[in-house]
Amino acid sequence: MSEVETEKIRLATVWLSGCSGCHMSLLDMDEHLLELEKAVRLVFSPLADHKRFPDGVDVVLVEGAVANVEQLAMARTIRERSRVVVALGDCAVTGNVPSLRNRLDSDALLRAVYAGGECVPGLDPKGLVPKLLPSVLPLHRVVSVDVFLPGCPPDAQSIWAAVTALIRGEPLNLSEAMRRFG
Amino acid sequence: MTQTVIIDPVTRIEGHGKITIHLDEAGRVADAQFHATEFRGFEKFCEGRPFWEMPDLTSRICGICPVSHMLASAKAGDALLGVRIPEAAQKLRRVIHWAQIVQSHALNFFHLSAPDLILGMESDPAQRNVMGLMQTHPEVVRNGIRLRHVGQEIIRILGGKSVHPSFAVPGGVRSPLNPEALKSIQQLLPEAFDIVEQALDLLKERCGRLQEEIERYGDFPSLFVGLVTPEGGLEHYDGLLRVMDEEGEILEDGVPPERYGDLFAEAVEPWSYLKFPYYKPRGQDKGLYRVGPLARLNICGFAGTPRADRELRLFRRLSKAGKPVTGSFHYHYARLIEILFALEKIDETLRDPADLMRLPVLSQARVNERVGVGAIEAPRGTLFHEYHVDEHGLLRHVNLIVASGHNNLAMNRTIQQIARAYGNGTKISEGFLNRIEHGIRLYDPCLSCSTHVLAPGR
Repeated sequence: MSEVETEKIRLATVWLSGCSGCHMSLLDMDEHLLELEKAVRLVFSPLADHKRFPDGVDVVLVEGAVANVEQLAMARTIRERSRVVVALGDCAVTGNVPSLRNRLDSDALLRAVYAGGECVPGLDPKGLVPKLLPSVLPLHRVVSVDVFLPGCPPDAQSIWAAVTALIRGEPLNLSEAMRRFG
Repeated sequence: MTQTVIIDPVTRIEGHGKITIHLDEAGRVADAQFHATEFRGFEKFCEGRPFWEMPDLTSRICGICPVSHMLASAKAGDALLGVRIPEAAQKLRRVIHWAQIVQSHALNFFHLSAPDLILGMESDPAQRNVMGLMQTHPEVVRNGIRLRHVGQEIIRILGGKSVHPSFAVPGGVRSPLNPEALKSIQQLLPEAFDIVEQALDLLKERCGRLQEEIERYGDFPSLFVGLVTPEGGLEHYDGLLRVMDEEGEILEDGVPPERYGDLFAEAVEPWSYLKFPYYKPRGQDKGLYRVGPLARLNICGFAGTPRADRELRLFRRLSKAGKPVTGSFHYHYARLIEILFALEKIDETLRDPADLMRLPVLSQARVNERVGVGAIEAPRGTLFHEYHVDEHGLLRHVNLIVASGHNNLAMNRTIQQIARAYGNGTKISEGFLNRIEHGIRLYDPCLSCSTHVLAPGR
């Protein structure tokens, strides 16, 4: 590993319960991605082949709410191993659309949707799919969050402005237009 | 001793999934399973809401194909209103959907699959992603960024946002095309055509070196399902259902989409949140079918645009005359041909813009029907939204049949084939596991979509 390489900011992106729209907005940074590549090392992301969330992450962008036991464990791992945790987009910030199921009982919901099967995924202990949490939670209900970036999704300019400030260690000064929900 | 190897998470796909590979006493691959691990419950939590909200709400099922959900939902809404939407609205809906075909297929080809195709299935996992590809093949990555941008930008120009636009509503669309928007879209097209031609050259060159993969990555006989135009042409927005068998015989044709329940049934397995649909007349064991780009090109009689038709003739040479192309590796090729087609159709539609600028773009009505079905060919395959409402338009029952779910049996068959072909019983290497993951990437599954398939009671 070269010396320059070791100085790169260690960036991670994580997708919890959401639609991937925030990651699509991240990709909408277009040619800025080529600049980003020069400044950061992507150490964990659904867009790359990492299977384990590593130690010593500088900045992590977290899309999505926390909806099941695996995502809860992941949120805690992220917090333990990262310096700056960013709640990226409305699902991470508020729970948004995934949390619309919160008025329903999660076990009854699964039984209704998978009616007819002998075993219901999520209720079968050997089923290998993670059990749902009773309620879908925004990220800050589970771990402490350093930066909130709302939007459904936040637009590419907002993400670029936030990411460049964070990787330079500068204070975050987003305009009002960049702090809107929806 | 038997052993289970778990790939968790499957990466470079859209959504949450795991793969388990089961080895027997001799270390040979006995079975492999693909598990969708996310559940969200849209069909249930939407109950009680007004159907007018559904285009915006169901867009949030998927950030990659929000336009398909918006349109399927708006079409279900059109049916509830009982209206025929204005010509301009229909054409503009088609344009925004073709734009989404461009961006979604570009994402799969360049951002997600190209690292395997260019750097190698068993190359260094630390480099084997779009950021790694920037260092070795910046021109390819730049092309991917630009082509995806063209699709996203057309969506933004028409719908105000590139992800989760607000454009289609029950009865039509929000606004007609304006002259500036027309000019902006037209200016984007030449570069996109150039990039997709380069991508076709690149893929053909790579395929020359990947013959073994082409034969082993999901090459099996199956049914193929999708919508075609009334004349049997390639279709993405409307049309009638067609089912083709492994010999190229057409089993079902001209089936109105609202009759989908006659053709498909589903199974549930406790190890996946994704259900397993199959072609009902053949039963669960023999009813495996594929949807999406490969299926659409197999079932259509023609594309209907010059460049895509020329490429389609080359595509057909991959199988014996009259037979469908059965190798799932060719989803990659099919995707690029569909990008070419989508660009040609956008170009063709905008050449006669007067229609698109004319009001009205919205047909207004109150609720006239209690059941409405909207069907569309989403990038990954046939998508259905079925809504049942009360007299006030509040949803009583919601049924979402999403594209990736249709391919669930095929994805499982594919990873089993790859695991058996490359699992040599000695050791499990990272490269071997990545080959299996590529088997999933071929189908470009969107698991944020595909966690809800046929509704209860079907």
